[in-house]
Amino acid sequence: MEVQVVADTTELEVRGLDFYYSGNIHALKNINLSVAKNSVTALIGPSGCGKTTLLRCFNRMHDLYPKNRYKGEILFNGTDILSPDTDLIDLRSCIGMVFQKPTPFPMSIFDNIAYGLKLRGIRKRAELSERVEKSLVHAALFDEVKDKLLASAYELSGGQQQRLVIARALAVEPEVLLFDEPTSALDPISTAKIEELAGILKKEITIIIVTHNMQQAARISDWTGFMMLGELIEFGKTDKIFTAPSEKLTEDYITGRFG
Amino acid sequence: MTQQQKRKIEGCIALTLSTLAAFLGLFWLVFILGDVLVHGMKALNLDLFLNDPAPPGIEGGGLRNAFVGQLLITLSATLIGVPVGVLGGTFLAEYARGTKRARIISILADIMVSVPSIVIGTFIYAVLVRPVGHFNGWAGAVALSIIMIPVVLRTTEDMLSLVPWTLREAAFALGAPYYKVIIQVVYRGAATGILTGILLSIARVAGETAPLLFTSFNNSFFSTDMKGPVSSLTVTIFQYAMGPYDSWHAQAWAAAFVITIFILLLTITGRLIIKWRYK
Repeated sequence: MEVQVVADTTELEVRGLDFYYSGNIHALKNINLSVAKNSVTALIGPSGCGKTTLLRCFNRMHDLYPKNRYKGEILFNGTDILSPDTDLIDLRSCIGMVFQKPTPFPMSIFDNIAYGLKLRGIRKRAELSERVEKSLVHAALFDEVKDKLLASAYELSGGQQQRLVIARALAVEPEVLLFDEPTSALDPISTAKIEELAGILKKEITIIIVTHNMQQAARISDWTGFMMLGELIEFGKTDKIFTAPSEKLTEDYITGRFG
Repeated sequence: MTQQQKRKIEGCIALTLSTLAAFLGLFWLVFILGDVLVHGMKALNLDLFLNDPAPPGIEGGGLRNAFVGQLLITLSATLIGVPVGVLGGTFLAEYARGTKRARIISILADIMVSVPSIVIGTFIYAVLVRPVGHFNGWAGAVALSIIMIPVVLRTTEDMLSLVPWTLREAAFALGAPYYKVIIQVVYRGAATGILTGILLSIARVAGETAPLLFTSFNNSFFSTDMKGPVSSLTVTIFQYAMGPYDSWHAQAWAAAFVITIFILLLTITGRLIIKWRYK
């Protein structure tokens, strides 16, 4: 038997997406792109260009604030996640998110990771322990914390906390993981660890990462989107964007002429 | 006189005046505490806690009724006031965050904190004592809880607002509904602060006399019936201190001593929690 691995199937497809903050601030303008399964897609661009706004559309984070409005569609497994019928709790368990600053909850390391599992109704101690350990191994944190799982998550260093948060997101086995500048608050060693992790994780999940660091985008991503003033200027294979961009603006940005 | 000399003299005057003011304030505090300690310790004995009052003018007896009554009223007030205060604060900081409604309620709560407690006492007298026809413990508990609610509500609101918003987003991103985010993540983050607020609000009401005079009044007999008049330490102190008997005066001192120590301990615990939390 031969297992056919299809490399570039589409995980998320954004079609004609417009987004408005508080009813009238037009933050995203006609975005079209497809995110390939099991790949790392980077979103780059100057501050305020809308890359984080776009990222937060994928798990409907904008719904937490009143008067935000989406137009267009984002297809995920064939259904439009922007439809009002979407169950946000289901959506957010399929599409996880890691934030710029580490966000450990005020509880033990174990409980942090078990949190998402408990939300999904997993109560059995044995199963929880098993999946907590698995996620920690997955996020390359297990060896550092295995002796202090019951210690407060605040005792960890910033880099460890960020990997803890990644482990917490991985515990619920998402299909997609959204990273919002996950290393901008970390030192170079922790950054390297998280970048390495992204490379390993993409074998199982799809990653979309917003970053200010262009070297980082070039190092870890397969696809890159360059955004400016709410528009997606160019989207393509990372190699091509960084070596032979087709848009003048992209070239100016990555060569450091502005931004 | 040069400019510099003038400045030095001004500095000296400012320093002297502010130091004097600080000592003047401290002096009275130490004087009151010292007086309560000295007189209170003298009258303090085990009978005070174990016996009920002797008939007026007769030596001996204790204040068991007042201790138990005080505990009952304070406990009931806490049970009424804390849930309302915490839930109200949660509404302001979470569900109504940043709205005009929330700001107005916050300001009203701040005003409520400084309403004279005797006004609250007379208000409760009108709604819970007059209609019933007699003084009762529940009215006292409700009066104290009304004093507690704005204190607990505002502390809860402030403490919840200190929990970073990103923490809530992180919980939402894991698919948690809002009420679970609040109960499981935000409350945990703010727990020590809220607990401190609750302790300090208990300390605040434990020393109140005026609202109890109009509501639970006093009872010379041991009673745990909250539907009738219930004795309390503060009202007993008021009554005994005004009374003609030396034994009453001594017992009033002892009661003042006990309640001062109780409030002092609550306040210190509150402070310690804050210190332990933010070290």
